[in-house]
Amino acid sequence: MFWNLPYIAVVLLSVIGLATILLKRNLIKIFLGVSILTSAVNLFIIALGYREGGIAPIYTYAVSENMVMATPQALTLTSIVIGVATIALMLSFAVIIYKTYGTVNVDEIKELKE
Amino acid sequence: MVSATSLTSGFGIWDPILWVLAIIIGLVIAWILWSSGFSTYKKGTEQARPYLSGNAEPPKGEVHIRAGNLYWGFTEGLKGYYQRIVPLHTGIMTDYLLWMFWVAGILLIIVMVV
Amino acid sequence: MIPGYITTNAPALLIAVPLLGAFLSPLIGKISRDARALWVLAVMTLTALIGYFVAFLVYTEGTLLYVFGATNATLAVPPDSGGIPIRIIFTLDAMSALMVTIAVTVGFAVILYSLTSDARRSGLEAYYTIFLLMIGAILGMVSTGDLFNFFVFLEISSLASAGLVAYKVEKGRAVEAGLKYLLVSTIGGIFFLFAIGILYGQYNALNMAMLADMIQWTPLDKLALVLVVAALAAKCGAVPMHFWTPDAYSMAPSAVTAMLVVASQASLYGLFRICFTLYGITLNYVTIGWVIIILGILSMIIGVTMAIPQKDIKRLMAYHAVSQTGYMLLGVGVGLAVLGDQALLNSYGMTAMEGGIFHIFNHAMYKGLLFLTAGAIIYQVGTSDLNRMGGLGHRMKWTMIFFIIGALAIAGIPPFNGFASKFLIYESVFAFSPLLSIIAMVVSILTLASFVKVFHSVFMGPPLPGNEQVREAPRTMLIGMTILAAIVIISGIFPEFFVQNLITPAAHALTDQAGYISAVLGGA
Repeated sequence: MFWNLPYIAVVLLSVIGLATILLKRNLIKIFLGVSILTSAVNLFIIALGYREGGIAPIYTYAVSENMVMATPQALTLTSIVIGVATIALMLSFAVIIYKTYGTVNVDEIKELKE
Repeated sequence: MVSATSLTSGFGIWDPILWVLAIIIGLVIAWILWSSGFSTYKKGTEQARPYLSGNAEPPKGEVHIRAGNLYWGFTEGLKGYYQRIVPLHTGIMTDYLLWMFWVAGILLIIVMVV
Repeated sequence: MIPGYITTNAPALLIAVPLLGAFLSPLIGKISRDARALWVLAVMTLTALIGYFVAFLVYTEGTLLYVFGATNATLAVPPDSGGIPIRIIFTLDAMSALMVTIAVTVGFAVILYSLTSDARRSGLEAYYTIFLLMIGAILGMVSTGDLFNFFVFLEISSLASAGLVAYKVEKGRAVEAGLKYLLVSTIGGIFFLFAIGILYGQYNALNMAMLADMIQWTPLDKLALVLVVAALAAKCGAVPMHFWTPDAYSMAPSAVTAMLVVASQASLYGLFRICFTLYGITLNYVTIGWVIIILGILSMIIGVTMAIPQKDIKRLMAYHAVSQTGYMLLGVGVGLAVLGDQALLNSYGMTAMEGGIFHIFNHAMYKGLLFLTAGAIIYQVGTSDLNRMGGLGHRMKWTMIFFIIGALAIAGIPPFNGFASKFLIYESVFAFSPLLSIIAMVVSILTLASFVKVFHSVFMGPPLPGNEQVREAPRTMLIGMTILAAIVIISGIFPEFFVQNLITPAAHALTDQAGYISAVLGGA
């Protein structure tokens, strides 16, 4: 099932991302997990967009029936940008937390509870 | 009695104007009772002081019952419940995510099976 | 009176004005602080006017379409596209219009309030930018008709909210709260995007009306629904995914907290929109309805019982926000559970939904009011610890009156608006299942008990030593609270007016899936 390879990769990446988020205790590693999970979704959407024999909609003289709607690509680009913004904001929070708490271990970042 | 302002639920009717009228009438009665009392007490004498079974009045700051002491009986009575619920609020952020995954998983089972 | 190009482009302006205003505010801020304050207020006023105008159009003329980039703003399906709405389409029906009304009303009151309450902080150029960005994102979430567009606005609102929650660093604690909120929102967003991918892969469409027209109930659709429900329920703070709520609400500046309530409700709107409009009766409405009801009941009970022993005023109110969200989930969940049965829907389902939706409106008003009074108290006393407060009623009379109004409204005491919506929920849910109705009433009583505690420990008693310098809150803060308090009272005394003109159309818009589809795709 060679054509299912991207989807298998999506599942693997999702599991790796989830496991990283839940099992690691270091904030930075958790963010890496979030990033891997985002990549899994991006790969999923971009894999959906593949059409056999399709032509990228950038050639002016191509046969218009065979052109592929670039929606999944546009979605993925947007999602990548959002992912970058999210990870950047998370990392900047981690910097402040490390400065004030002196730790990046999630088990010790629990001033707010109950 | 249905008036233009009343809210109908299909089972009953609720008219806030009547309620407001009732409150106003109650307040008027209370005011009449209050104003028929004596206002001729002497300020600065024993008459104006609180009577605490003959004990001296404590300083003002100590009279106030602070928030932490309110509803002590309620939480004590429901101790078994609170001892289970409060520790769930661990404050660790990966636990928050774990709860989310649990809910998604249970929902998936419910939706797929039923 | 109003030029035609504004009328046709109003839905786009609704998003464009706050976004443009947001990114211009740091530039205006270079002139002076007052100029920036005026600018932010002007942008918000304009946004509110456009919001009311759009809502008015929707309520008088029916569902409003706005197609971005099309030659004609209402041309949803271009003739050469093969029947697919390819562009981003804003679809505002009565439910969206109600949410827009809520968002701009609370937004205006909150901006007015925050011009004073946050004036002493540093980094204000970013603060107002993010604030307006958040309001713009909320407006986008409630007015879009495109799933991916909803995701984008959801992420913008998450990022902006997280930045605002972490805004007063408070020895790192606020940043911790912001990080928790951001992490939950991000994972929720990833869930949502996964669901979008699944739906797109099956139906090659992102437009909600297009999807609603084609959707079935395949296992993949089930998976997508589960992901969406989990993500949006976590974002609106339903138990057992509510843990971020008290953290984020208590650490954010009070004006932001009031707006966070609206942001949570925009997620709630998304949940209802996807359950009702996207899936409609194709989903197993009894099961999903009960799932939402159970989430609501859990939120009500655990929210209120966790609120009672709290010692921080905003943390306590945050748990009440969780608890009140439960009422909305309960009301609309009952409506969903009988969606396919027209007789039951007419008998009590619609009333339950009206109650739930009216509660969204009421909750935004009185909860916003309560958070603003809490902010005024913290502004004057300098602490949010209830144990260190007392006797403030002598000095802060107006704040106390506003607090009483908000507290009675949230506890469902007539004649305030909280009672009107709870009345609808109690009576209709009783017909569905008496036990649920009784739980709702008990939760209301516990809410009152908990607010009596706050009222006593904050306002009653002799003036405490250490609080001598406490004064009444500044006037602009009081004006912000007055707006919300006036709406609480008016919608409590004339509930029928609000229900008939705002709420019933919204409830019908949610249940009328065919109407939504034909509004976008044409008379299908």
